[in-house]
Amino acid sequence: MIKFQNISKSYGHSIVLDDISFEIKQGEFVVLIGPSGCGKTTTLKTINRLIEPNKGKIFINGKDITKVNPVELRRTIGYVIQQIGLFPNMTVEQNIAVVPKLLKYPKPKWQEIVHNLLELVDMPYEEFAHKYPSELSGGQQQRIGVLRALAASPPIVLMDEPFGALDPITRDSLQEEVKHLQKKLKKTIVFVTHDMEEALRMADTIVFMNRGKIIQMASPEELLQNPADPIIKSFMGRHMENENNAPKLLAEDFMRTKVLKVPKTSHTLECIELMSRRDVNSLIVLNDDDTYAGTVTIEAIKAHGKAGREISELLSEDAVTIHRKEDARQAFDKLLASSSNYVIVLNDNRTVAGLITRTSMAKALGEALWGEMKS
Amino acid sequence: MNFLDFIAGNYIDIQLSLLRHIELVGISVLIGMMIAIPVGIFLSRHKRMSGPVLAVAGTIQTIPGLVMLGFALILFGIGRLPALVVLSLYAILPILHNTFTGITQVDQSYIEAGRGIGMTSRQILYKVELPLAMSSIISGIRISTVYIVSWSTLAGLIGAGGLGDLIWTGLSSYNSNYILAGAVPSAILAFAFSGLIGLLQRMLMPRGLRGVRV
Amino acid sequence: MINLWPLILEHMLIVVVATVISIALGVVLGVIAYWVRHVDTVIMWCAEAIQTIPSLALLAMLMIFFGLGNTTIIAGLVLYALLPIVRNTYTGLAGISHHIKDAARGMGMSKLQRLIKIELPLSFPLIFSGIKIAVVNSLSIAVMGVLIGAGGLGYPIYRGVQTRNLERILNGAIPVVLMALIFDYTMSKIEQRLIKRAR
Repeated sequence: MIKFQNISKSYGHSIVLDDISFEIKQGEFVVLIGPSGCGKTTTLKTINRLIEPNKGKIFINGKDITKVNPVELRRTIGYVIQQIGLFPNMTVEQNIAVVPKLLKYPKPKWQEIVHNLLELVDMPYEEFAHKYPSELSGGQQQRIGVLRALAASPPIVLMDEPFGALDPITRDSLQEEVKHLQKKLKKTIVFVTHDMEEALRMADTIVFMNRGKIIQMASPEELLQNPADPIIKSFMGRHMENENNAPKLLAEDFMRTKVLKVPKTSHTLECIELMSRRDVNSLIVLNDDDTYAGTVTIEAIKAHGKAGREISELLSEDAVTIHRKEDARQAFDKLLASSSNYVIVLNDNRTVAGLITRTSMAKALGEALWGEMKS
Repeated sequence: MNFLDFIAGNYIDIQLSLLRHIELVGISVLIGMMIAIPVGIFLSRHKRMSGPVLAVAGTIQTIPGLVMLGFALILFGIGRLPALVVLSLYAILPILHNTFTGITQVDQSYIEAGRGIGMTSRQILYKVELPLAMSSIISGIRISTVYIVSWSTLAGLIGAGGLGDLIWTGLSSYNSNYILAGAVPSAILAFAFSGLIGLLQRMLMPRGLRGVRV
Repeated sequence: MINLWPLILEHMLIVVVATVISIALGVVLGVIAYWVRHVDTVIMWCAEAIQTIPSLALLAMLMIFFGLGNTTIIAGLVLYALLPIVRNTYTGLAGISHHIKDAARGMGMSKLQRLIKIELPLSFPLIFSGIKIAVVNSLSIAVMGVLIGAGGLGYPIYRGVQTRNLERILNGAIPVVLMALIFDYTMSKIEQRLIKRAR
């Protein structure tokens, strides 16, 4: 849909864009990101010819944009800027209708557009259409800014750090709304930000730029997993750290490893003796190859066991098991949901790695929060 | 003779002088606007020329009115024409200055937004810049008008007529009745113009701009 | 060619005397406007109203009270100079950051001490630019003194106008304009330095 072919731009000796080539697909949400001065805003502004590159060509739907009158071009591309730029001398309605009026839409048509768009963002026409920008909150103003860009239903919308000046809560809800609008209206959006979180949240594709070059163009997942350059890692610093700082706690982090295990071939009397000595009322039973076989409880032995018999007959497989690499949360959920006092943690080869009991869980949580606990 | 009696006795003269005065002010401010606003718009498009042009206009403003009237007198002789030339010249600067700064001080983001959504530069001028600069331009007209009411009294010196004539007569004959008959109406006229234009300014100001810095 | 120096000096003297008086009066009025609630609008309105009165009308009316001579033109110049000085004093004082004012109050300074030690020095750059405007205007308006019997450079100009003698007009006009430009230039330089230092 939008194709950059060897675009370069320099001011005097400073090179802002250095031979950039990439392509944006129809309906894609592309986020340009990078440290300040990396050329992301310049890249954006070359699309609607607010900045003309020195070299290279940009094609929109295969058409060289230098062959299109810039004013005509801009009327077919929505544009949202950080400073919002709603005209303060015009009402909300007049602001939204600016481009449709420039395009000489008849009055009923642009009025309908204003109605529909305001409805789309839950700002009732009766309440808001005749207000002036100065009478709106920052978030409302930028909503109108977005609507103004959408008014002539341009297939492409450019957004230059549109939420940079908003408070975090407003920003969150606007991000969601814009993402929603984009999907609903199937727009191609090119979005500039310096906020990685925003990029990860909004983008189908992230274009990471530095010093006028594209360092990596990838999906958010790909970028997180395989950052192509240390600078991307450092840019994502906060996110990577977040993952490390609050490391994913696994089941194995909460288990205790000293567990009473008996072979399937043990006899009932041995087991009862062991249980009473260690003051427990169940044992883990292993197969011959040390894999987990089940559990045996004191009740089962008392009810059905006969002296001198192997416990294999009394084996219960009801106990909850979990793999040691599973998320600790899942272990907790299972533990809390089950009637028993423990969850059995297994290794890859189904041998027993340990046991999570309510006590061990509490202890491990305490250690995670306050450090080493006295037992 | 007491002042009120004097006024009663010379009522028609005073009224004529007042009308003459209003005429002088009106014509020269109009001419000033017709020159200053287009030039101010032009300068805002060609900022490089604005420095020298505004400096020249500023220097003209520092030339004392008496001197300018003297020049005009020598160039054009006695009468209304030289007075109108001088007064129009004086009317230009404040309007020019305010038109220029009014337009150039419009926040860049509005202009970028305008360009970004596909306005031509003419559309940006008419739909964005001029409406936002309107308040500043009108306030320039207001300053100009108050000045010109003042300079017009001086123009009596070269036979332009108006309330200045009465003051001159009073000054040269030490007649305080004549002085007051010229001075008081001219002061009231200045207040009235200033107030009216201020009112106009407020009326023309779009609701969205009230209490907002542009 | 007549000797211009005495006229230039007299012109200067008139402007300087008028400026000194208007600074004293203007700063006091500015401080009162700043200190006393509601009085500020009255004072500013009056200063603006005086500025609106046509100069010839004001001078002629003053002449009725003060008679012919330098006193009248000085009184006129003082009245005209009030607005820029009062306005700038007031906005300067009112514009000082609350933190600074609170700090001064917290250190136990009285209202007068705060004014003299903190607030006036801080608003001096702005007051100075008010004075600049006043001086430059006064230099030009003082020419009109000749019409009410005062001296200065208005004299050759007026004689020139009366006799339609361009050279005579220029004899008076050139020094006046030059003085205005020189004062404007040098005082603007000082003003910039004051503002820079205040940062």
